[in-house]
Amino acid sequence: MYQWDFAALWQFRSVIAVGFGYTLIYTITCVLLGLLLGLLVGLGRLSRNPLVSGPLRAYVELFRCTPVLVQLVWFYYALPVLAGIEMSAATAALVALTLYGGAFYSEIIRAGIVSIDSGQTEAGCALGMTRIQLMRRVILPQAFKRMTPPLVSQSIMQLKNTSLLSVLAVPDLLYQGQIIAHETYRPLEIYTLVAVIYFLILLPATIWAKRLETRLTQQQGT
Amino acid sequence: MDDANQEVMIDIHNLQKSFGDHVVLKDISLQVQKGSVLAMIGPSGSGKSTLLRCINLLTLPEQGSIRVGERQFSFGSAASKPLKDRDLAQFRRNTGMVFQHFNLFPHMTALENVMEGMLTVLRTPKDEARAHALELLQKVGLSERAAIYPQRLSGGQKQRVAIARALAMRPSVMLFDEATSALDPELVGEVLNVIRSLATDGMTMILVTHEIAFAREVADQVIFMRDGVVVEAGPPSVVIDNPQHAATQSFLTRFNA
Repeated sequence: MYQWDFAALWQFRSVIAVGFGYTLIYTITCVLLGLLLGLLVGLGRLSRNPLVSGPLRAYVELFRCTPVLVQLVWFYYALPVLAGIEMSAATAALVALTLYGGAFYSEIIRAGIVSIDSGQTEAGCALGMTRIQLMRRVILPQAFKRMTPPLVSQSIMQLKNTSLLSVLAVPDLLYQGQIIAHETYRPLEIYTLVAVIYFLILLPATIWAKRLETRLTQQQGT
Repeated sequence: MDDANQEVMIDIHNLQKSFGDHVVLKDISLQVQKGSVLAMIGPSGSGKSTLLRCINLLTLPEQGSIRVGERQFSFGSAASKPLKDRDLAQFRRNTGMVFQHFNLFPHMTALENVMEGMLTVLRTPKDEARAHALELLQKVGLSERAAIYPQRLSGGQKQRVAIARALAMRPSVMLFDEATSALDPELVGEVLNVIRSLATDGMTMILVTHEIAFAREVADQVIFMRDGVVVEAGPPSVVIDNPQHAATQSFLTRFNA
């Protein structure tokens, strides 16, 4: 029977804290930048000009149809060679995760917008609204309600995806765990701890997302 | 101002529209005098709703010209310039439109629905917009429903809010696209009453309707459309009570039962 010894990890608490901090900061940054990118791309894909919507569609499909791990590795190893630029692992990871998230967010946002009944557009137009006013006052406020639950689940996925940063030696929670495992030869304890930390963040987030979804569905029903 | 009654408010010339190979409007011309009511009747697919939607440019015709009040648009070979979003919006704010399915904004209360056009499009100060909106809700008999969201209004109430919302823009004309067709029979009357009172106030209106008795009562002019053409036009005493064309006669027999 294996003798668990979590006490051995106590001296590495600051190493874990650093990893936790990186995971959190990467999640928040990639979610915010990804949402911004997703909004722009989602709106752009609705453009009637194929020179705008076409390339954006290509971007979305490219990032949806390749594994995010491959994207991370490609941005770190291949892009700098092709583009002749220096890119730290941290930057490559940030760019890849943001572009990956943005592709998924844009699809959620686009779908939310087109799901709004065309009668709403007609009513806004009939009042004399411009396309921008119509978006801002009529379409987006309704669409955001429908988008919120899938946007939250996608953001939870983003948090999980940050664990892939460890392959580029970005000191996220998992990478710090690997360091500690090498130091202590106690991989069972540290990887269990890492899993528990992810779980403790994600379980409340998931429960909250579910509640939010229920609440928004009820609001639309009344 | 003697000739004010003779002023043409809506002037349409040689309008044409097709969806793919299907010609929906064939060379339509018509005029509506200021303060008068025009009713458009005819079977489904006759083009009357498309014609109405062309008048506020929700549907863009391929040929012809449309004038409402002082604003004019020409299409096809006569077009003066490419259509811009802003110009279309400017044109539309002058024409109130009421839809068969109401199309109220579900995320706004009745009052907010009526205020929305004033706030966003006309940039009316909020106090003023609220006061005017409350006045209009009173006019359509819904003062006490101002704070209610559309989901909790009956069909007839929704349509009356929609009428108030359109009136809030102080349009020169009101267009009604089968405004009572989606209503339960017992709710039709309350909407017709509002339209009737607008006619009494001297609002210029076009009604696309299946309520033949109502058209006879409030309309100054009736046109009967079929297959994208105006088959017959004239006062209700002629088009409805004494139609000259076989097509009009056979259409109306269905309503005289």
